[in-house]
Amino acid sequence: MAFNSVVLIKQVPDTKNITGQAMLDDGTVNRAALPAIFNPEDRNALEAALSLRDRCGGTVTVLTMGPPSACNILRDSLFRGADRVILLTDLRAAASDTLATSYILSLAVSQLPDVHLIFCGRQAIDGDTAQVGPQLAEKLNLPQVTYVEELIEASDSTLTLRRNLGDGYEVVKAPLPLLMTIVGTANTPRPPAARRMLKYKRARGKTELLKEAADKFGKDATDEIETYVQQRSEDLSAKGLLIEQWDLDTVKADVTRCGRSGSATKVHRIQSVILTGTEHKRVEPTAQAIGDLVHELIEDHTIG
Amino acid sequence: MIEVNRNGDVWVFAQQHNGKLNDVSLELLSKGRELADQLKVPLAAALLGQNVEPLVQSLFHHGADKVYLAEHDLLETYQANTYAKALCQLITRHKPQIVIYGATPRGRDLAPRVASAMKAGLTADCTDLDISDNTDPSTKVTHKNLLLQIRPAFGGNIIATIVNYDRWPQMATVREGVMAMPTPDTSRTGSLIKKNVELDQADVLIEVIEKSQREKRVNLKGSRIVVSGGAGVGSAEGFALLRDLANALGGEIGASRAAVDSGFINKDHQVGQTGTTVRPALYIAVGISGAVQHRAGMQESAKILAINTDPEAPILSIAHYGIVGDYKQVLPSLIKAVKARA
Repeated sequence: MAFNSVVLIKQVPDTKNITGQAMLDDGTVNRAALPAIFNPEDRNALEAALSLRDRCGGTVTVLTMGPPSACNILRDSLFRGADRVILLTDLRAAASDTLATSYILSLAVSQLPDVHLIFCGRQAIDGDTAQVGPQLAEKLNLPQVTYVEELIEASDSTLTLRRNLGDGYEVVKAPLPLLMTIVGTANTPRPPAARRMLKYKRARGKTELLKEAADKFGKDATDEIETYVQQRSEDLSAKGLLIEQWDLDTVKADVTRCGRSGSATKVHRIQSVILTGTEHKRVEPTAQAIGDLVHELIEDHTIG
Repeated sequence: MIEVNRNGDVWVFAQQHNGKLNDVSLELLSKGRELADQLKVPLAAALLGQNVEPLVQSLFHHGADKVYLAEHDLLETYQANTYAKALCQLITRHKPQIVIYGATPRGRDLAPRVASAMKAGLTADCTDLDISDNTDPSTKVTHKNLLLQIRPAFGGNIIATIVNYDRWPQMATVREGVMAMPTPDTSRTGSLIKKNVELDQADVLIEVIEKSQREKRVNLKGSRIVVSGGAGVGSAEGFALLRDLANALGGEIGASRAAVDSGFINKDHQVGQTGTTVRPALYIAVGISGAVQHRAGMQESAKILAINTDPEAPILSIAHYGIVGDYKQVLPSLIKAVKARA
């Protein structure tokens, strides 16, 4: 019994540590001001897949859609034990809503042979929508089990899972192939392995190599860049250090279903949160002032 | 997707569990009522299950003009695939212009599956919904009477308004407690429309082996006074002081996400966009800075008292009373004053 798993991960702005202007004047997100991190619950999804592989055998493929900088979380996945990582990057996919994103991911997953299990984090901290997992399951015509907290039992054809529904739980048995979304309380992600870090910190994707070459030769030196990238790709590939890079053509996407044109929802307006300073009554932290406050609240029947 | 249908109803997905309607479905009927009145179309509830017809009256009492009832053996126990299939059949046949769902774990399991199958848009966890004309900036085409789907994003640093021009129905989920519970009017009636849905045993993909639902130990929504703590409380022990105050006031304990994430207190206590939304007579915010997600869950409180060491804390901007100081000193004085007057 061995399972081929795909883990879908996302690089997200660290919404708890925003520095500078979060939004640009045109209403789009200023990703430069936002430290980019591995979406927390996607780390739990990766851990769930890795520990299942460690127990039962099989492979773990990690796939992300995003800008070339998302290679950082793919390297991180390699450090922790992923067998194969893939970056799907394409400017035509920018501004995809969850519907367009799930369409593209469904095509990407379909490119992979013999997938038994798909693991997603429950939700990503930039949008908190929790929509891509179920939408992807629908597109692939697979059963979905969301809010998974524990993998109780695995057989060749089914998984038994416990879902944490906040006010209770549910134990379900689901047939393979299957898509799961994993909650943050499911496990503690393993740390990166030092030996794997030494090896995979040199892993690069093609766009990263292009940038490396442009920095080295200047961006107009097209011939040198091409030769350099070709050479580096071959070297890295021979060592298993070339991060696979796909685009919309690789997955044979209908571009009208991707990006802004493929999105059913449109952002009409973005407002930065500006607090309008309403008048509030300042109460001094003294026993007398607090006593008066309590008196006032009793008088107006707020308390008592 | 369905074509744009400006005469379509406004629908609320009526979520039921073991023959009981979820509160959020009834709350959505109040917002749905407003939207339907603005659009001058009927408000309908879509009720799926088996032997759930007794729930229909309650949906009428809470504001529905119509109930689309789909009963089937295979809908007895909720699962994403069967419910999504059944609901898609109803949507395809009746072409509602808007469908709203409660953002419960079940609603968040179902709605995206429906949206994907319908190739329609879906906006999660809206904090407000409204109707307005809207011009597409790229085509300059003005779309009449669109649903404005308003929600915080990026950790609450922005508020986004989302629209869906033509990939209908326009769909959104809304958290429990965000919309006010309507007062039931037992004289209201409506039309019950029974619908057959086609489901096959092969659509049942998952076997539910065991279910356990525990009663929430915390009654935040029903409490007149909520004493809430945030990261500034600093420890689980710190919450003991808050509990003393809540006991003295006959109130309930709330918490910000930061306090819950730090493990100071159980998630049942969480107030905010991803927790419970409360509207108490008095909300006391202790050591809560006041991120927009938290404010979304408590800003309609009748009176807000904020206690914070930081005079610049955003929570003070929506507070009626502010005490700048250390809660470890302020709360004992407050408890003493309350006990003395009681």
